[in-house]
Amino acid sequence: MRAFVVAVFAFLYLPIALVVLFSFNAGHHASEFTGFSAQWYGKALSNPFLVEALKNSLFIATTSALLAAFCGTAAALGLQRVGTRTRALFDALLGAAIVVPGVVIGISTLVALVQLFAVVNPFLASLWPTDQPPRLSLGYGSIIAAHGLFSMALVTMIVGTRLSSLDRNLVEASSDLYATPLTTFRSIVLPQIMPAIIAGFLLAFTFSFDDFIIAFFVAGAQTTLPIYVFASIRRGVTPEINAIATIVLCASVLLVLLAQWQLGRRKPSP
Amino acid sequence: MTAVPDIEFRAVTKRYGAVTAVSGIDLAIPPSAFVALLGPSGCGKTTCLRMIGGFEQPSEGQVLIRGRDMAGTPPYRRPVNMVFQQYALFPHLDVEENISYGLRQARPRLSSREIALRAGEALSMVQLAGYGRRKIHELSGGQQQRVALARALVNKPAVLLLDEPLAALDKKLRTDMQIELQNLQREIGITFVLVTHDQEEALSMSDFVCVMNGGRVVQLGQPSEIYDEPADLFVADFVGKTNLLSGKVAGLSGDLVDVALADGTVIAARKRVPLSRGEAVSVSLRPESLRLSAPGSGAFKGIVRNRIFLGSTAEYAIEVQGIGSLLAKADHVMGQGNLFKPGEPVAIGFAAGAPLAFPHANNNGTNQREDQHAEILS
Repeated sequence: MRAFVVAVFAFLYLPIALVVLFSFNAGHHASEFTGFSAQWYGKALSNPFLVEALKNSLFIATTSALLAAFCGTAAALGLQRVGTRTRALFDALLGAAIVVPGVVIGISTLVALVQLFAVVNPFLASLWPTDQPPRLSLGYGSIIAAHGLFSMALVTMIVGTRLSSLDRNLVEASSDLYATPLTTFRSIVLPQIMPAIIAGFLLAFTFSFDDFIIAFFVAGAQTTLPIYVFASIRRGVTPEINAIATIVLCASVLLVLLAQWQLGRRKPSP
Repeated sequence: MTAVPDIEFRAVTKRYGAVTAVSGIDLAIPPSAFVALLGPSGCGKTTCLRMIGGFEQPSEGQVLIRGRDMAGTPPYRRPVNMVFQQYALFPHLDVEENISYGLRQARPRLSSREIALRAGEALSMVQLAGYGRRKIHELSGGQQQRVALARALVNKPAVLLLDEPLAALDKKLRTDMQIELQNLQREIGITFVLVTHDQEEALSMSDFVCVMNGGRVVQLGQPSEIYDEPADLFVADFVGKTNLLSGKVAGLSGDLVDVALADGTVIAARKRVPLSRGEAVSVSLRPESLRLSAPGSGAFKGIVRNRIFLGSTAEYAIEVQGIGSLLAKADHVMGQGNLFKPGEPVAIGFAAGAPLAFPHANNNGTNQREDQHAEILS
């Protein structure tokens, strides 16, 4: 049993450890270790295509996470006020959104967007006064939308959990102490759920930053970091890729830990 | 009454779906008084308090605060403040920020100097001067209770609402807080409305007790009135300890009725409502109105089953043939060592006018069911 557990963890983490190790490889090949060096980090960060992909990924992750945090929180707040049946339905749908495979989300989002563009673009063209009407196409917008939509379900669940553990008496006490509903929200509810919102944002960011599958379907001509990595692997695994992977790994672990810490903060007292 | 009551209920009914929590209450709470709403859980007392606070709207009728109809007025526009059962202190704010929360909402704004000054005064009032920067979770239950009190009183409300504020405290602390609350009420002079299911607390603290049962007000009066002259069987049984003896009305004479008890004894009892001959009644006899003496005289003969000596008093459980067990309470005078021992026969008498007769056909049974429903909802 113990050997089995060791084998499972080795299988899980050994490849990751190797990636980290080989990112410091002095040699050119990913398969033989010839000495320590940080040169591949320098090479990776001076590669203009890679830096472009990294910037894209950061922009997309930030925007989609902000969008998700805002809309997800609004949805969680709204769901507080609906009946139990509507609530159960929404909870089920949110859960479903999270378990649906990325491939399915990717392909269905792609199909939906293409259909949408096919309707909207001619319509825009017919309204536009000049000959060059704006054309909606796949790119930043579509990745942000797809990621934001998925992450929103995540944020709604996290913030919703926090809201349901919020003491209703606090809201009543605030109201009793002459605070208008808006003030009560600002001074009592928001500070209580802020850790959950921040945690939701961080998880949404991590998800978007790491995501390859959905982005691959809806990216159009854009390149995100995971897409770049995937494309370069076809030309062979270089220590440069390992360096990128290590950077992404560290950033992701840091963000998830940060999210956990936020969720653990200021637990409403019983 | 010439003065406008601080709180007035006019034919107030509150329903939750099919369940009626409060039915047709008319009530005027006199100004500057300490009033207790007393009743078993689910009697509608908390619902009444929440309707004053504005957290519930009456289904029918009006709630007035200082003569103004409060229909449609949200809690944050009502001149009342509440001390919540679990205190509901804001965990992310410190003690001072909690206390000044209400003052910060005032429009036009108060100067920060005045806010700090008044918060400081409120802290001293509840003997927590110097605790302003503490976090809520660093305080003991009793201290949290005081912060909740200061947070409400600092706003100088017309009425202070207290929802079972002492329930979470241990007995010693509870007694201290009872005295402190009474003193505060006298110092500040505003009306305190206390909700409690603890009859001792209600009797000891308040100027007026409003006994509620099954969503109705059963009796409103001073604590001694409630205790000595209960309006019905429920009040007699709920407030204080009493012996209830069942019997039938054997004769009527003015305010008195002769009641034939199960063992054939006929005793004279005062009545609170009209009774007719032959009607089944319960006679209430307070334990302290029973007089124990050596066998030979008295209305009943019994045998002491149990004795609890409490120092200033002694309580006896006495088995009376044909009637059952009676509880008697006797003052103990130092030096007169005439305590009855278990197994000893005694004669039981009582002061004339002590027994009170109530109709037996009380709708307690149906009320109990309503109570349980209301309890689930409250």
